[in-house]
Amino acid sequence: MENILAQARKVSEAAEVFEVAAEETSVQFEANRLKNIQSKQSTGIALRIIREGRLGYATTTELDDVKNLIDNAAETARFGMPAKFELPPSTPYPKIDIFDPAVEATPPENMDKLGQELIELITKHTPEILCEAMVSKDAISVKLLNSQGGQAEYKKSIFSIGIYGSLIRGTDMLFVGESQSSCHPITHPRDIAKTVIRQLELAKDQAPVPTRQLPVIFTPRGAASALVPSLVMAFNGKMVLQGASPIGSKLGQKVFDSKISLWDDPTVAYRPHSRPCDDEGVASRRIPLIEQGVVASFLYDLQTAALANTQSTGSASRGGGLPAPSPSSFIIAPGKIAMEDMVKDIKEGLVIEQLMGAEQGNILGGDFSGNVLLGYKVESGKIVGRVKNTMVSGNVYQVLKEVTAVGSQAEWVGGSLYTPPLYCPRLSVASKG
Amino acid sequence: MPDIETAAQQLAEELKKAKADYIEARLERSQRSHITYRGKELESAGQSTAVGGNIRALVRGGWGFVSFNDLDDLPQRIELAVKQATLVGREESRLAPVEPVVDTVASKEDSPLTIPLAEKKELLDEYNQIIWSTPKLQTSVIGYADSHQQTIFLSSAGSRIEQPRTDITLRLSAVAAADGDVQQSGLSLGSRGNFDSMRHLHKDVEEMAKHAVELLSAPRVKGGEYTVVLDPVLAGVFVHEAFGHLSESDFVYEDDRLREIMVLGKKFGSHELNIVDSADRPGLRGSYKYDDEGVPATKTYLIKEGKLVGRLHSRETAAKMNEKPTGNARAINYRYPPIVRMTNTYIEPGKSSFDDIIAGIKEGVYAKNWFGGTTSMEMFTFSAGEAYMIRHGQIAEALRPVVLTGNVFTTLNNIDAIAGDLDMNQGGGCGKGGQFPLPVSNGSPHIRISRCLVGGS
Repeated sequence: MENILAQARKVSEAAEVFEVAAEETSVQFEANRLKNIQSKQSTGIALRIIREGRLGYATTTELDDVKNLIDNAAETARFGMPAKFELPPSTPYPKIDIFDPAVEATPPENMDKLGQELIELITKHTPEILCEAMVSKDAISVKLLNSQGGQAEYKKSIFSIGIYGSLIRGTDMLFVGESQSSCHPITHPRDIAKTVIRQLELAKDQAPVPTRQLPVIFTPRGAASALVPSLVMAFNGKMVLQGASPIGSKLGQKVFDSKISLWDDPTVAYRPHSRPCDDEGVASRRIPLIEQGVVASFLYDLQTAALANTQSTGSASRGGGLPAPSPSSFIIAPGKIAMEDMVKDIKEGLVIEQLMGAEQGNILGGDFSGNVLLGYKVESGKIVGRVKNTMVSGNVYQVLKEVTAVGSQAEWVGGSLYTPPLYCPRLSVASKG
Repeated sequence: MPDIETAAQQLAEELKKAKADYIEARLERSQRSHITYRGKELESAGQSTAVGGNIRALVRGGWGFVSFNDLDDLPQRIELAVKQATLVGREESRLAPVEPVVDTVASKEDSPLTIPLAEKKELLDEYNQIIWSTPKLQTSVIGYADSHQQTIFLSSAGSRIEQPRTDITLRLSAVAAADGDVQQSGLSLGSRGNFDSMRHLHKDVEEMAKHAVELLSAPRVKGGEYTVVLDPVLAGVFVHEAFGHLSESDFVYEDDRLREIMVLGKKFGSHELNIVDSADRPGLRGSYKYDDEGVPATKTYLIKEGKLVGRLHSRETAAKMNEKPTGNARAINYRYPPIVRMTNTYIEPGKSSFDDIIAGIKEGVYAKNWFGGTTSMEMFTFSAGEAYMIRHGQIAEALRPVVLTGNVFTTLNNIDAIAGDLDMNQGGGCGKGGQFPLPVSNGSPHIRISRCLVGGS
């Protein structure tokens, strides 16, 4: 890396080298049986340069072909955006625990056993279900070096387990599932099996749904599929800078219900998306985004922050291209009402676990509309069965402006979101019955 | 580090020695470039190169897969793949037989990577100027990307196939905003390597930008059941989501209940309905000569005259269902094993005209263009980038984008008119099993679906 940086400096005013090396092993099950074991090794280097004031960018996996990498970066710098920022010099980083050597030490045999146990727990409850499952472990090592003397280096371990079950009766199909991840090894399938079995229990019978406005409770998974994609875009500093975020001009204003608080937190110990610094070497810290309904901040990387006359929030992430603002772990503050009490409060309504296709509409504007892939009908305070052939539509900003309650039991969903259930007074529902 | 040709030579010998029922290797060298505009300015331009490979071993019905981008130590990678497969294998290995192939496929298109970045940028500048000459526009995003991959496939059965793969995508979107309301419209294009097909889109770009502004004053559709007419682009997404995925045999082959539902000969639609998947149709984004298991591409009828007649296979699913392999095992790159995927999927043209199709509709929805689509096998959703009410047989007011949903077992039966104007949409990318985006194309003529559920206010 030092060599690449030194060579790159010869053609540029400033340069930064970013390297990620990863080893991943996954054990996969199909139709309730072990099907394959995969291991993936990868190393990649990204070079960002500032040349004649403009940004150049190139990546390679060929660590010995430095010349090609630098030529590619130099060519793109002819057209690159003018760089408005300076690369950060050496800075202290918070100590964030994200590495547990026990993950790497877990042999595939144990991962196989864990998957088998999980499938057994679920098939014992519903023998005719067919499960796909995956148990995986990752070791990731990140290094960053820039010409201002900035440097960062950390190792991360991730262990994940996920299951997806399908139950077919005639042409009726039911899909249930859950996943968990941590920087520690997951050693017992109990919690995840419990969630799936609860889904199977609640979905045993089917219940008809009318076409009209109904109160809806989004479970943590439901909120993730319907509401969160719009918020991820709306708090992105780039969207704000371009005037494309509906809340971009509302900093300091109350836009959401005062029961809602949201922050982005890359510092939670042993969470897969935590890290001591972002992908540009800016120190990680917790960023409040909504404080009791008031828009508190947006997420910025160095370049976007400079263009917007503000500071980086340490939110730069690289998804294969130049760093861009992105959340690490979105956390919605839990409220005071238990899920059971929210259900009790509903005379006729829905509980939504998963809304399929909700992220395919105008999510920038906050609109969502999706088919209830997994959801339940509530009648007189009780869940009475699963709903099907039902579309639920709304707008995130209208929905979150006035929520009836925020649940007390928050959960991690998919590794990067921690949210309680959200109870909304009315949403538009269209159903075939 | 050795280049992929040298590594392939070394591997050919090593594969023969491996203690597996079957073993294969794929080596790949790729180059990519991308240009992104956000707003008036170019935001990012980048170029990348990657080299890597994988080994996939089958032992007693169990698979081991190892991917790497360090080409040293190949014998050790083989050993690991075999060890993993051995740990998994508990039954008999079954693969549909195919003849070993030794072939070098020549590239038909000039690589877009040979066109200087400056020339690509010039074209994108023209499009961005058109977008920005539209009044009331808030911002725009343009993403252009191209790639050229050279792959070498080797198998223990003696195959050695060298194939190039070239792909171009261009996505443009315009965002209009007023009074806290944000609306967007988009255009999505792709090509199997022909940069010329990205030129001359000026008129389409202009219409797209104007449409974003129009949407600000458009109403939301009232949710409920409608007679829906789909344009060829959206009908293509519909056939991909609503039926294509269900015909991928890896969902079916180990699931007895699904095999009963998907029994050949079952009626899915009217006599007029024919659905095809064909990698053999040249020049489209899903076209190729051999799939990633070295099986020659085919044209497969999935539905003929309304009845289920075929499905898409890998060598394993074909063997386990006692059917012929169709050459549909694909991987997005060397980091992934091949899985059963679609290629170019389309509804064949019928006899109606567009005017016939909308003539009798008292109140319906005309949905065009796409945002996306997804499926759970039984249920699917797909979303339209443009939508209009149909009133008394005429296209009426514009609507905000709509999301449509249906159940595959009833919706195909509800297709009651098919026009003759088949058009292939090259702008899509398919995701499955963590592998996204895979270049595919899909298409259809205009079609009419009765009783389709539309989400709305």
